[in-house]
Amino acid sequence: MADNNYLDVELHTSPHFSKGQSVENIMLNVVWALIPIVLFSIFKYGLSAIAVIGTTTFSCLVTEFIISRRIARKELGEAESSLGDYSAIITGILLGLTLPAALPLWMAFVGGVIAIVVGKWTFGGLGQNPFNPALVSRIILQAAFPVPMTTWYPAWQSSRFTEFISSTLTTPFMAPVTDGVTGATVLAVMKFDHIFLDSMDVMLLGEPHGSLGEISPLLILICGGYLAVRKMLDWRIPLAIFTAMILLSLSFHLLDEARFPPASFMLLTGGLMLGAVFMATDMVSSPVTPWGVWIYGGLIGFLVVIIRLFGGLPEGVAYAIVLANSVVPILNQLTKPRVYGIKTVSG
Amino acid sequence: MRLRTFSHGVHPAEAKITSDAKIRRFPFANELTVLLSQHIGRPAKAIVFKGQEVVRGERIAEADGRMSIPLFAPATGVVSEVGETINADGVMTPSITIKPFPASEQIVHHKKALDVDKLTPDELVSAIQNIGMVGLGGAAFTAHVKFSPPKDKTIETFIVNGCECEPYLTADHRVMLEHPEDVISGIKIILKITGADRAIIATESNKQDAADLLAEAAKDDERISVEVLKTKYPQGAEKLLTRALLGKDVPSGGLPADIGVVVSNVTTVAEIGALLPMGCGIIERVITISGQGVSKPGNFRVPIGTPLEFVLEKAGLNDQARQVIFGGPMMGKSVSYLGTPITEGVTSIVVLSESELAAGTGKIHACIQCAECVSSCPIHLNPSKLGRLARKSRFDEMVEEYNLFDCFECGSCSYVCPSHIPLVQMFRIAKKVVRSKASG
Ligand code: SF4
Ligand code: SF4
Repeated sequence: MADNNYLDVELHTSPHFSKGQSVENIMLNVVWALIPIVLFSIFKYGLSAIAVIGTTTFSCLVTEFIISRRIARKELGEAESSLGDYSAIITGILLGLTLPAALPLWMAFVGGVIAIVVGKWTFGGLGQNPFNPALVSRIILQAAFPVPMTTWYPAWQSSRFTEFISSTLTTPFMAPVTDGVTGATVLAVMKFDHIFLDSMDVMLLGEPHGSLGEISPLLILICGGYLAVRKMLDWRIPLAIFTAMILLSLSFHLLDEARFPPASFMLLTGGLMLGAVFMATDMVSSPVTPWGVWIYGGLIGFLVVIIRLFGGLPEGVAYAIVLANSVVPILNQLTKPRVYGIKTVSG
Repeated sequence: MRLRTFSHGVHPAEAKITSDAKIRRFPFANELTVLLSQHIGRPAKAIVFKGQEVVRGERIAEADGRMSIPLFAPATGVVSEVGETINADGVMTPSITIKPFPASEQIVHHKKALDVDKLTPDELVSAIQNIGMVGLGGAAFTAHVKFSPPKDKTIETFIVNGCECEPYLTADHRVMLEHPEDVISGIKIILKITGADRAIIATESNKQDAADLLAEAAKDDERISVEVLKTKYPQGAEKLLTRALLGKDVPSGGLPADIGVVVSNVTTVAEIGALLPMGCGIIERVITISGQGVSKPGNFRVPIGTPLEFVLEKAGLNDQARQVIFGGPMMGKSVSYLGTPITEGVTSIVVLSESELAAGTGKIHACIQCAECVSSCPIHLNPSKLGRLARKSRFDEMVEEYNLFDCFECGSCSYVCPSHIPLVQMFRIAKKVVRSKASG
């Protein structure tokens, strides 16, 4: 017991208990869940996958470190970086996974900087960004470097663990040399030639061409499932996306089987699986209300199908998610749950 | 069987380590300090002077009007001071201090036996006021006022709240186990006062033994039933009881009486059942002393006015103690002044250790919109949005658009927040600001 009739204890207003969950722990678990996906991608694309994902992660971390320390020094008077919340690593890995294996590394580096600067800190850092930073960056890269961003080098090259894809090492500001062995993604083939790949292979291994993260949808589901079980990922979002996509693409498929692919094809190809499980579910840029979550997921599914079938581009996951992100504040507002003891919902 | 409950809420560790500990009598401290404000309402007026000798159970303060209660000497002794003491809020407040005579046998005097069956409802209401009863579940609302709602409201259901959903607390549980007959006689009195035609004793599934015992004790009166609800925090909140039991909401800003319900904590009911027929004022109450910071936890009948220091000494305060809470860890008050006296509203003293507290001491981040708070809030508010607005001092918007005043500070949102945002604290401040603006 202490002097002056006061105990030497902490004073605190209620509640005095906490569940013990933390941002750090959630983010770290997301990183763990992404690691098998990264490994699979490396297995599929070899050294270039390591280089591209490594570069985006590195540039995200460096950018986050510099910006967060500057801001902390201005606001708190001490230079403390926010690398410890692990969110920049996630952005870096996710960005890397949305890029093609043959992307010149300097572009990947620029992408990491864009994700953190434009996607995250222009809005105020963690928790403030309305859009998924990795996707913002991907979209900007796509606009800035349309050719390298759609040059799909085939996976499973026998030399993948010994040689870099030649274009990967292009020096900054030089256009990459295309070496002729690139291929079209199955979505492009679907869109322009109306040929649909067999979905069983795709389920297990992912597509033969595509972004680094277009790997085994099954593995992505398992990794996402781990997070969902630990309550760190809202399973309703991917479920809503899948449901909307199945309903919509099934209807189209029934209308014209030759022109529109079956629903399974839509679900398993392109960046859909990674996007639905790991990017649409980004807590910061998804709704908080129960109805908002379902509508948001449904909207993404709807947009993906429409963009893929009728848009100018073969793939639309990134656009669909970012578009849906932009209506999140409105969704939260419109789907306010009925408050206890209040008869009519206001606002 | 699926148990009834409300939607949302949280599941903190129950930590009911004292649920098997029989209620034991606590010794008298050298000094007992009775606060004149034990309750919500007007403080009592002291009617004793320094140096006066009083006997245990003697009236030492009078009710100041209808919204007040009288107070009684918790021990036979001498009034050593009529002055001021620091209460659990850290505020100086009027008090009477009594030094018990060490040699006294401490027999309770001043009994005026009442024939409860002969009294009219109005007489029963004043009898309850005359024994100084307040809500013993923590709110300390004057009991007689609660049981006599405005005449234009018809009361149909009396809910006896035996949920005790706060972690650690077991006092209500023990009272139900050890004094089921007092609970039943208390219920009969309150049914008579309120004119309700049924009483539901509500408890949680972790107190099935008490539920069985009470069902047995109540089997002769078909107006009384026992309902076991799911164990979930904050099931014991009045609003959530009406929702779980009756499927009815108390209107925003209203009282349970608006939907024909009166809710009272079970220990209050038991004390009324025990004390009213004897005409005895309340001079002690059952509290749980628990947590890893004390070596001898248990449930005790503690004289009102016992200082914290004495309680901790008897309970074996150890060096693990990091925080002392009057009430439970979700809604209680943390205190440090050793002289803080036990009042009628103190349900428990929980002394938390470093490891029990550790979970809550993480770095504070910006809200990451994880929606955990939204899916925990039993009132279905949006604590995330409220927190964002509070940071920007947009208090009016919090009230008008996001129902700030429907928040009853249960703490569920802060409990789950991975960003460790002190949401409840922010809401309290916002309410204070809005209230003080409204009152000019
Ligand atoms: S907002 Fe209020 S009522 Fe809702 S969980 Fe938080 S403290 Fe409880
Ligand atoms: S629990 Fe905390 S971090 Fe999550 S949405 Fe609520 S306020 Fe934000």
